[in-house]
Amino acid sequence: MTAPLLSVRDLSKSFPIQAGLFGRSKLAVHAVDRVSFDLRAGQTLGVVGESGCGKSTTGRCILRLIEPTGGSVTFDGKDVRALDGAGQQALRRDMQIIFQDPFASLNPRMTIGAIIAEAMTIHGLGRDAADRRVRVAALLDRVGLKPEHMRRYPHEFSGGQRQRVGIARALAVEPKLIICDEPVSALDVSVQAQVVNLLKDLQDDLGLAYMFIAHDLSVVENVSDRIAVMYLGRVVEIADASALYAGPQHPYTEALLSAIPVPEPGRHKVRRKLSGELPNPINPPTGCHFHSRCPIRKLPLCATERPEMKPCGQGHMVACHMRG
Amino acid sequence: MAGPSHQTTLTVADEPRAPTSWQRFRKHRMAVVGTVVLGLLVALVLLGPLIWNVPIDKIDFRARLAMPSAAHPLGTDDLGQDLLARLLYGGRVSLAVGFAAMLVAVVIGTLVGAVAGMSRGPLDAFLMWLTDLFLALPTLPLLLLIIYLFRDALKGLVGPEVGVFVLIIAVVGGLRWMPVARLVRAQFLTIREREFVEAARALGASRLRQVVLHILPNALGPVIVAGTISVAEAIIAESTLSFLGLGFPPDTPTWGRILFDAKDFLSIAPHWALFPGLAIFLTVLSINFIGDGLRDALDPRKVR
Repeated sequence: MTAPLLSVRDLSKSFPIQAGLFGRSKLAVHAVDRVSFDLRAGQTLGVVGESGCGKSTTGRCILRLIEPTGGSVTFDGKDVRALDGAGQQALRRDMQIIFQDPFASLNPRMTIGAIIAEAMTIHGLGRDAADRRVRVAALLDRVGLKPEHMRRYPHEFSGGQRQRVGIARALAVEPKLIICDEPVSALDVSVQAQVVNLLKDLQDDLGLAYMFIAHDLSVVENVSDRIAVMYLGRVVEIADASALYAGPQHPYTEALLSAIPVPEPGRHKVRRKLSGELPNPINPPTGCHFHSRCPIRKLPLCATERPEMKPCGQGHMVACHMRG
Repeated sequence: MAGPSHQTTLTVADEPRAPTSWQRFRKHRMAVVGTVVLGLLVALVLLGPLIWNVPIDKIDFRARLAMPSAAHPLGTDDLGQDLLARLLYGGRVSLAVGFAAMLVAVVIGTLVGAVAGMSRGPLDAFLMWLTDLFLALPTLPLLLLIIYLFRDALKGLVGPEVGVFVLIIAVVGGLRWMPVARLVRAQFLTIREREFVEAARALGASRLRQVVLHILPNALGPVIVAGTISVAEAIIAESTLSFLGLGFPPDTPTWGRILFDAKDFLSIAPHWALFPGLAIFLTVLSINFIGDGLRDALDPRKVR
């Protein structure tokens, strides 16, 4: 086995919050709490979880758009957190991001061509403006837009088209890894499929690796080689996609999977509903974060001790005292 | 990946261009009217004195407070001086002071606001503290103090006319940048967190590039409006100073100065105050409309 392209170990990010006057008692939200995973070149890691579980923060920490507070990120053999200015800049070429909201992620005052060409200008790609224009045209063509669209402004496009522009911008620097931060959650269902298919085609052609963030399992099922399930800042289960769907181990994963509707009239799945609300991340439950909503919790241990990741099959890890 | 394909460049010319800023500006009717009116005013004060070459300081007591007539199209003041000549001449000073002071205020305000909005932390706190300090200072006593302290030094350095001009612009502009700074900072704080700025960061754009290309253009709308308002304020502030005998010499008939001189004669010679007031009003109104038009013209989302 070759070394993974991206290797994340115990990545943590806590945001301090000031409670009380004069910020006497300093609390912190542990948005990302010792997250670890590997991602190989040309593969896709799906990351799922509810809103606020830290999946987007994880992505931004890997890109160092947010500075992590702990752990390590190794990309292509380089320690990302130790890079200096030039190394960081080189890294920006190798890792890109596609955003959730296609209406907020494009500068309304720049033309599509200028938005995509900016990436090349920053990294000195292309000989001159004319050469860059040719490249932009090719990129637009690649993501299913017309080259003549480069003179238009973002507001002249639909959500799906804008998301294609966002993809073209990410591709402009020829990255190895793209972090897709819920790239289809803001789109209509029919458009979702088109964008997902585009991402898959690009992966096949260019050998890209994706970290594909989404908030439900049905979207990532199609695209992912491996899937990590997050709950309140922690990874609770990680496995190959087929293994996860066939035999989920963590009760939270089971609940998520049972929430996917079955397109088959007359057939009713046993739905495993979770009771209660997502706990406040400022003050998460002790021990296993999930124990307050867990349908199978029995051990007193669940409320006192954090479950560590344990192997429970080929490449399958779960963080549960009851399983594994 | 982005393999050059030369056919693609050829098709680009077929696409109709998005309307340019100028085309969008032209669709803003009031802005066009404002531009024309302001252009006329500027042309009048620049060329007018060449055509209407009545001396501005010719005293004629037989024609005191005369109503408009063929000899004096806008009437005369209490010394029988021709108002049209005085208005045309004074307009040069008033307009120049208004625009220059606005530029000073907008440039300082944008710089302070941008630095504060980008830095966060202690520098931001310090700059906002400074802004609050300036806002809290009573403007007029400060103006007086500065002018008393520096007028003679500046006069000696660059001559009396230019010296007073520079001083007034610096003082009036220098005390009006605070609202702009606050506006710009507030805009920066929201825009810097928008995803397209994050995208630029992810691409490795420098901070300067983020500011100049992504944040500032999206923050300009309110700044332009604030700028147009400060033109009017500067014209009025100059007249206050002139009134207190600290601006231009009393025989320089700026619009504000004429207005102040006229205020005691409102009931017997309303025309004296009316015309300089109208000139200031027209200037400010046209600048406001132009500001509106500019804000829309610079925003490609506005298609009207």
